[in-house]
Amino acid sequence: MDLSGLIHALDGIPVLGLVFQLAGYLVAVIPQNAPNIMQQATPLALAAICGVLCERSGVVNIGIEGTMLAAAFTAWVVGVAIQPAFGAPNPSDIFGITLPLLIALAAGVLVAMAISTLHAWLSISLRADQIISGTIINIAAAGLTGYLNQLISQNSPAGAGEFARFVPPVAWTNLPVIGWILAMLLNQGPISISVIVLVIGTQVWLFRSRWGLRTRAVGEHPRAAETVGIDVIRVRYRNVILGGVFAGLAGSYLSIEATNSFQQNMTAGRGFIALAAMIMGRWTPIGSFGAALLFATFLQLGQLINISPPSGELGSIMGAVPPQLFDALPYILTIVILAGVVGRSTPPAADGQPYEREAAT
Amino acid sequence: MSAPVPVAGARPRRSFAARTWSVLAVPLLVVILSLLLGAIVILASELLVARPACSTVTAGTPCGFDWMLWFTAYAALVQGAFGGSDAIIQTLVYTTPLVLGGLAVAFGFKAGLFNIGAQGQFLVGALGAVIVGVALAGAPAPVAIVAATIAGIVAGGLWGFIPGFLKAVSGAHEVVSTIMLNYVAVQLLAALVSGPLKVPKSPSPVTYDVGNAAFPIFLGDTGHIGIILAILAAGLVWWLLFRTTWGFEIRSVGASPDAARYAGMRPKLLTVATMTFSGALAGLAGTSVLLGVSHSMTSSFGTTVGFDSIAVALLARSNPLAVLPAALLFGSMRAGAGLMQINAGIPVELVDVLQATILLFLVASPVLRRLLRLRNVQAGIATAAPGQSLGAGTAP
Repeated sequence: MDLSGLIHALDGIPVLGLVFQLAGYLVAVIPQNAPNIMQQATPLALAAICGVLCERSGVVNIGIEGTMLAAAFTAWVVGVAIQPAFGAPNPSDIFGITLPLLIALAAGVLVAMAISTLHAWLSISLRADQIISGTIINIAAAGLTGYLNQLISQNSPAGAGEFARFVPPVAWTNLPVIGWILAMLLNQGPISISVIVLVIGTQVWLFRSRWGLRTRAVGEHPRAAETVGIDVIRVRYRNVILGGVFAGLAGSYLSIEATNSFQQNMTAGRGFIALAAMIMGRWTPIGSFGAALLFATFLQLGQLINISPPSGELGSIMGAVPPQLFDALPYILTIVILAGVVGRSTPPAADGQPYEREAAT
Repeated sequence: MSAPVPVAGARPRRSFAARTWSVLAVPLLVVILSLLLGAIVILASELLVARPACSTVTAGTPCGFDWMLWFTAYAALVQGAFGGSDAIIQTLVYTTPLVLGGLAVAFGFKAGLFNIGAQGQFLVGALGAVIVGVALAGAPAPVAIVAATIAGIVAGGLWGFIPGFLKAVSGAHEVVSTIMLNYVAVQLLAALVSGPLKVPKSPSPVTYDVGNAAFPIFLGDTGHIGIILAILAAGLVWWLLFRTTWGFEIRSVGASPDAARYAGMRPKLLTVATMTFSGALAGLAGTSVLLGVSHSMTSSFGTTVGFDSIAVALLARSNPLAVLPAALLFGSMRAGAGLMQINAGIPVELVDVLQATILLFLVASPVLRRLLRLRNVQAGIATAAPGQSLGAGTAP
């Protein structure tokens, strides 16, 4: 493409030239690294969908981080446990799927659903403070997975392997303009490749289906929803537990697709970045996915600047910027958005409020 | 909302013992239940570590299934925390930041604010203390200590002011903004410690020592004056909350923002002031660890103090004086965990599991009370403004 050449012609202009240099750098590196960015974005987007489903029904879930961590650990450890029973792995051609891997994934998702059920019980039935409930999940997950991992890793066991990435035909990825987007979306493992489907699916479901309408009604005005016959408690339970499926996929992705290992605290705050993506995406799946891609790009740029810094003036400026700034950008942006400086983002009206049925005694 | 309003004097007077029981029953029960559950976790986890049968190994090596492992572990935990004066002093040192952090969170609760950002304020407070401490490392000790401590308090207060200000101005919920600020603090610390604050030729990112700004030791080898500061702070917060107009206003806003506004109080101003003061306390917690224990900062500085503080404040039911024993409980667990790992091979993470189960049982205490037919006891969790909506974005 001659676009970068055009941009480089403008590099010499003071200050504005820097902007063009930056644009040129981004145009050069982002398509190249698009599959990596998608991999960074996958757990963020899935966890953000979990947040959207919970909060749209009025339940705040800050325990996504812990839920993901528990799912990551479970998927890995179940793989370790059942692997010997299945003998030598015989990965299928599609995504390198083996039976142990599928069971491991199911286990990760089930554990996440169980934890979400606990969160639902505490915050919906007991009407406990939802922030406290989420905090308990985070502390418990970090503690239990750390504890068990210490014990298990003494034997340094081998996991059940990892899902393989699909390799799209070169003819597709070499297409002009959209080739890199196809590579980004398709050169992925099964969980990552399904993200785009899940994002669109939940978006349609939330805004075009009866259940979605009920979910939003319960999250905005539960009293009114109950008046028209919607079971508020039931809708909330279902949404929180369904959200657990997505948090479980996000966690399992980390330990059986992105890597084939579990490290202590391997979620490393992704559950909270996902909350940030959810806020930035204005509580919609598609918006959250966009925000997750943006945040993943920041994280990727933080690494790229060390590996292949841009040349010239821009390079010396970027070199002086501490790489941690890129890691902090998602959080700073979220605070700026929360502050209402740019693009105000308003949560569902009943978000975080326990619901008490009108006295039915 | 039609519950009968209790009239003063209408309730029968209860004896001191009955009142003490009503306050302590749930916390005590919860801690005991958690320790029981912890014992079960220990026994269950033995199944994971396949040990050789006892007939096949020489005496002394761990073997078979040890039914008393939970006892060995808890005994080591207690011994590590309270066995001898050194251990006790070490426990106090571990407890100090938990007292200050617990006070920070409890103070926020009293105003109906959930300061989940104690972790970030703790880090930024320590950062403030190390910057001034290193700059004044050669200055006379009293000057250096006071200046570095104030810097830590101010830095933590600033980190608490931001979410308070955002909440007052744009209604941004403090839970979300403090979570974000926690991570900004982590990155800020890493950037400064591996950048401008780094000792130039050091292979790993570490700052200079704070020298004369270090807290003096007055107890044994490690007991620094931060311990006294923490106890004084508990008294100060109690006095502020229960003996000053400001404290009354804070508690009023926490109990009912609308009523407080009708009474002429200014909830927004109080929100900013409360978050700032809460941040300052958490900043002092960070300062106490930096000036009292580590004396310099690495890029991995930072502990679980911020989240432990939430547990402390909840267990203490946000009472500033009850924060002291609650912090001592968690502090002694942290202090004894090392010996538990050495003597019984139980990973220190068991403490986090215990902490989480304590919180879980506290939250579920209504169920406990029903199951155990406990009457006349106070509920486990008493946050000031239950069910405060995250959606209340545009506060009037």
